[in-house]
Amino acid sequence: MKILNEIKISFPSNSCNEGLARSVISAFTAQLDPSVSEIGEIKTAVSEAVTNCIVHAYRGTHGKIEIVARHLEGNVLYIKIRDNGCGISDIKQAMEPLYTSAPEEERAGLGFAVMESFMDKVTVRSTENKGTTVIMKRKILSKQSDT
Amino acid sequence: MLFKSIINDMNVIIDTDENTVIARINGEVDHHNAKSIRDDIDLAIDRHHPDRLILDFDGVTFMDSSGIGLVIGRYNSIKPYGGTIVIENTGTQIKKVMRLAGLDRLAVIK
Repeated sequence: MKILNEIKISFPSNSCNEGLARSVISAFTAQLDPSVSEIGEIKTAVSEAVTNCIVHAYRGTHGKIEIVARHLEGNVLYIKIRDNGCGISDIKQAMEPLYTSAPEEERAGLGFAVMESFMDKVTVRSTENKGTTVIMKRKILSKQSDT
Repeated sequence: MLFKSIINDMNVIIDTDENTVIARINGEVDHHNAKSIRDDIDLAIDRHHPDRLILDFDGVTFMDSSGIGLVIGRYNSIKPYGGTIVIENTGTQIKKVMRLAGLDRLAVIK
């Protein structure tokens, strides 16, 4: 699909940047004329992916998180979120609802379930000790869904 | 009911009477903010051992699954005292996340 617009951002894995990532993606997505409901769901999916980087990929350490957002032909939003953290050894298990490797931090184990529920497509690629890339896509429909 | 305000910080205002603790949560509930909110609520639970914990989401502008962890954790905090949780004033977005997690099995969602 043809890329109509694109942004790239990079920031350290500090939890205060979770809100920053949501705000930047929200502002970029505004160009696709989303409904309030769509923007809320996209922000939630981004928040889950970025939190995964901070809580799981860089557990006890710090690293860089990169986000690429694209406006694709057909009013499709593409979001790629990448870390260089510990990676996921079993992606299938990690994506199971309620599975978490951080119960002591009250993680609900719903990050990927929320991403899959709120986005049209979620793809996860990971290599142990190298990092994880999450790619999410969502076609933005009309504002009529708010009514 | 006469509520006494015992905690008032940026993310949560906590009022209490003899049997109830009400936590009025404000702003964005994400991983970054959840810890201070849960610490404040747990402090109130430890002090008052309430029969009922009301989590009021009226002031919440955003919530991801960190909010689910927050509710499940408080359920575990109040359970030893035989208390119950009531969740009030959730918007559409927050309700969606709560439904996805099946929180209605642990708390009354209004």
